[in-house]
Amino acid sequence: MFRIDFNKLRFLVCDDNPHMRRILRTLLHSFGAREVYESEDGATALEMYSHYVPDIVITDWSMPIFDGLELAQMIRQPESKGNPFAPIIMLTGHSEKRRVTVARDAGVTEFLAKPISAKGLYQRVLNVVANPRPFIKTKTYFGPDRRRNTANAYIGPERRIGGEVEVLQQPSLLDKARTPV
Amino acid sequence: MAKDKSTTVQVQTYADHHVITQPNPLRKVLRRVAEEDRDDPVARAEKALAGLSGEFKNWMEVETIRLAAAHAAILNDGFTNATREELFRAAHDIKGDAATFGFPSAGATAESLCRIIEHAPDLGKVPSGLIAHHINAIQAIVHARTKLDTASMASELSRKLRGVADEFLAHANRDRPDHLEAVLAPSIAPAD
Repeated sequence: MFRIDFNKLRFLVCDDNPHMRRILRTLLHSFGAREVYESEDGATALEMYSHYVPDIVITDWSMPIFDGLELAQMIRQPESKGNPFAPIIMLTGHSEKRRVTVARDAGVTEFLAKPISAKGLYQRVLNVVANPRPFIKTKTYFGPDRRRNTANAYIGPERRIGGEVEVLQQPSLLDKARTPV
Repeated sequence: MAKDKSTTVQVQTYADHHVITQPNPLRKVLRRVAEEDRDDPVARAEKALAGLSGEFKNWMEVETIRLAAAHAAILNDGFTNATREELFRAAHDIKGDAATFGFPSAGATAESLCRIIEHAPDLGKVPSGLIAHHINAIQAIVHARTKLDTASMASELSRKLRGVADEFLAHANRDRPDHLEAVLAPSIAPAD
């Protein structure tokens, strides 16, 4: 069985609703996190991202002026000063399919629809820690591989050019742990 | 002990894309624990959240006051970009927060209101009172929460409002396929 040492993780939480920030802070502290930085808008979050270099970003979508989507897009700029690879968990009240697609295409790593639960948040954090996906760079996209699995049953078009694409899959640490020595 | 794997980013280049595999800097925070380990961080967090629950009703009342103020601004000034945006934000926050705070029906009603604001071709032509009914319902659900029969009544109220709103939106967007698709598509919010 695996546990996360939350006291070794640094979080950046971005939400314009102070109640939601309080809930996230409570949950993360209860998991064991000691470094939880908060911002109430995307612009401040971007500054804090450069300054504090968080391991994981948890952001709301809808915020005035500079929203979570724009924050994700700015973080994912490959030429940015900060780390473009940090996991981004988008926590939002939006749950329509097209919204999930838009967030995915902005480079969001995980999507967590409200209402928030301790279990849901823990599972998303565990997933980004234990199952990191390789990054894909195209002319129009830079972010986590939007394909979550490479199931052979897929019969749709292959949109990536380059013959038989071999995506480098890192075996997850959980899978490695389950493999008998 | 196994040697540390490559610490460099590996890039594989294809005709129209690159696959970038970076070392996972977060693997250091994972540790193996014995099966008998009884520590349950999720249970701990749920307990902490339950400890906050005494504040939830106050928080919901703050949110409903904001919603009512946004509506009052619309009654005074009509639908402008600013008043529409504030009403949407107030409803959207309730939609996202209400279930966490123990008011799922208020959240469902707020979601229905958000759908009206997002998808009505002309907010000035929304049936008279439909928006006000949504706001009044949210306030009533929050204020009346302590009564025994509230939960089922609240659920029925939000369900009926949603039905009326969806019927209006489906008709109003009959010539707008993008909006119609969004109105008719189910939520894909996964269960935990």
